Amino acid sequence: MSITAKPLTSSSRARRKNRWRPASILRRLPWWIATAVLGIGAALWVYPFLWMVSASLKDPLEVFASGLELIPESAIWENYSRAWNEAQFGKYLLNTLIITAWTVVLVVVRCAMAGYVLGRKNFYGKKIVLGVLIATLFVPTGYTIIPVVDITQKLGLLNSLTGVVIALSGSAHVAAILLYAGYFRGLPRELEEAAVVDGAGFFSVFFRVMMPLANPVTATVTLLTFMATWNAFFLPLVFTFSRPDLRTLSVGMLAFVGENSIDWSGMAAGAVISLLPIVLLFMFLQRYFVEGIAGAVKS
Amino acid sequence: MSVAELAKSETTVEPVANRGKRRRFGRTDIWIWAFLTPTVVMYGLYTVYPIVASYWYSFVEWNGFEAEKTWVGLRNYQEVMADPLFWNTFKITIMFMVVTVPVKVISTLLVAVLLNSPKMPFRSLFRTAFFLPVVTTTAIVGVVMQFVFDPASGPVNLLLLKLGIVDEGINFLGDSSSALWTVVGVYTWKWFGITLIYWLAALQTIPDELYEAARIDGASSTDVMRRITLPLLKPFTVIITLLTLESTLKIFDLMLTMTGGGPYYSTEVVEIYIYRWAFAATVPQLGFASAAAVIFGLFVCFVGLFQLIGIRMAKKAGNFS
Repeated sequence: MSITAKPLTSSSRARRKNRWRPASILRRLPWWIATAVLGIGAALWVYPFLWMVSASLKDPLEVFASGLELIPESAIWENYSRAWNEAQFGKYLLNTLIITAWTVVLVVVRCAMAGYVLGRKNFYGKKIVLGVLIATLFVPTGYTIIPVVDITQKLGLLNSLTGVVIALSGSAHVAAILLYAGYFRGLPRELEEAAVVDGAGFFSVFFRVMMPLANPVTATVTLLTFMATWNAFFLPLVFTFSRPDLRTLSVGMLAFVGENSIDWSGMAAGAVISLLPIVLLFMFLQRYFVEGIAGAVKS
Repeated sequence: MSVAELAKSETTVEPVANRGKRRRFGRTDIWIWAFLTPTVVMYGLYTVYPIVASYWYSFVEWNGFEAEKTWVGLRNYQEVMADPLFWNTFKITIMFMVVTVPVKVISTLLVAVLLNSPKMPFRSLFRTAFFLPVVTTTAIVGVVMQFVFDPASGPVNLLLLKLGIVDEGINFLGDSSSALWTVVGVYTWKWFGITLIYWLAALQTIPDELYEAARIDGASSTDVMRRITLPLLKPFTVIITLLTLESTLKIFDLMLTMTGGGPYYSTEVVEIYIYRWAFAATVPQLGFASAAAVIFGLFVCFVGLFQLIGIRMAKKAGNFS
């Protein structure tokens, strides 16, 4: 909000006085109706998560007996230890963390490097590389999954976390490359020239000068890749068929309800364990999430 | 920043001495390709090769990743085309699209216009609430939703029973007439925030001065909406609709975890069909599944082309860079 040069104090005082006059209430009525409607909507949007947290703290029988009650009679933390140990959500969490961390690092490095040369350099074959990237921007996982499994098998990486990491960081992420390319292209060329005069080579110009400048893009790419990898399902599902110990949270969850369809509170506890990290991250870095996604429509 | 600009860009930042001999494969070119190598190799292996290989696989009979492939020509295609369940998946995908896209695009626009107004109380709180499901894991949400819509003890049915709307729990996901629409509802709920953010970003491109000028001229809020907001949003409407359309093709995670494609294939979208034949069958039919995948790929390609044309038109139509 910008501050205008109006006599603010007197007008706001007048407004405050007017607030409860019938005309003013009538004028504000549409906004209160809108607030009420959006309030109900927002409650509906958050409710499944509240229900989930509540069910995760209830006694397994209580979930059935009083399903609508959001506050449990007494918090049963044992559900969490059951999900963590017996249902192996602890292990799934670790697998997911490992896969996500490696994928994010690989994607950032690979996409920044490609984006740098595509955005800032001219070379023979650039149009072909760009063309192929753009043409495959929206390829769905279901289309490529069979050859991806086949090639991973041939490389001997099927049924390993490495295989999942490589497949997840290898496919897609064209948007990240384009994001870096656009950003690097907009930087003034004096930056590089100064570094070159100082005797920096191609490699150190990139890592010492350009990469630190691209921190805003790196933040966005990290966040979006983190979200995509944490939430990935199809690929980890297919890659860990014969290795239950390598399941990620999303795959483990499906397996868990397949085996224990009556343990609602265990299911809910597992869901909370799976979602808490990403939701916390969102709460702290909300602005970046929103900006990263809004960028898609602006570009 | 558009892709076309990027391809055209002539930004050379090489030192002056290197200019002029750009055609020669110099040391800089070695560096350039060294920087591209990770992308070329990984992207090549995991995206480009699979696209090409799918075509080859679709011409073979192949029952498992370790089994031998035998050339069968067009037989897989004939079989896929003759399978009513395959066409059923397209029908479901299109039904899903036709209902979800307009509902989502219009409802998010309405909420975005409200949230964009400075007079609206609790704006950021509402935005956070609507965006929250977007960041959560689709597969986990899908599993939780199975329970939320449970016919006996799920909270949705408990509420309906308590309010006296129904006499006995509705089997939302177990009934082939309601399963798809339940997933449509959950999908809209899950991805509402993303379209909302698109609209908010679009609305922010409209300068405040326009609204102020309209207010001074005494325009009513309906006038402002009709004469200023909607016309200026037109190019964005095309893009947002297309992005939403494209995202409805990716519903594997939610469908598999909520319904698994059932009951009686009533929610089986193409990706689940491929998954079923390639991974969930006792004897995998990888060639057959590849043929289905190729047809699906062509369909997506068609949607993508449609998208490109749409974006071109949107760019022509307006102040859009």
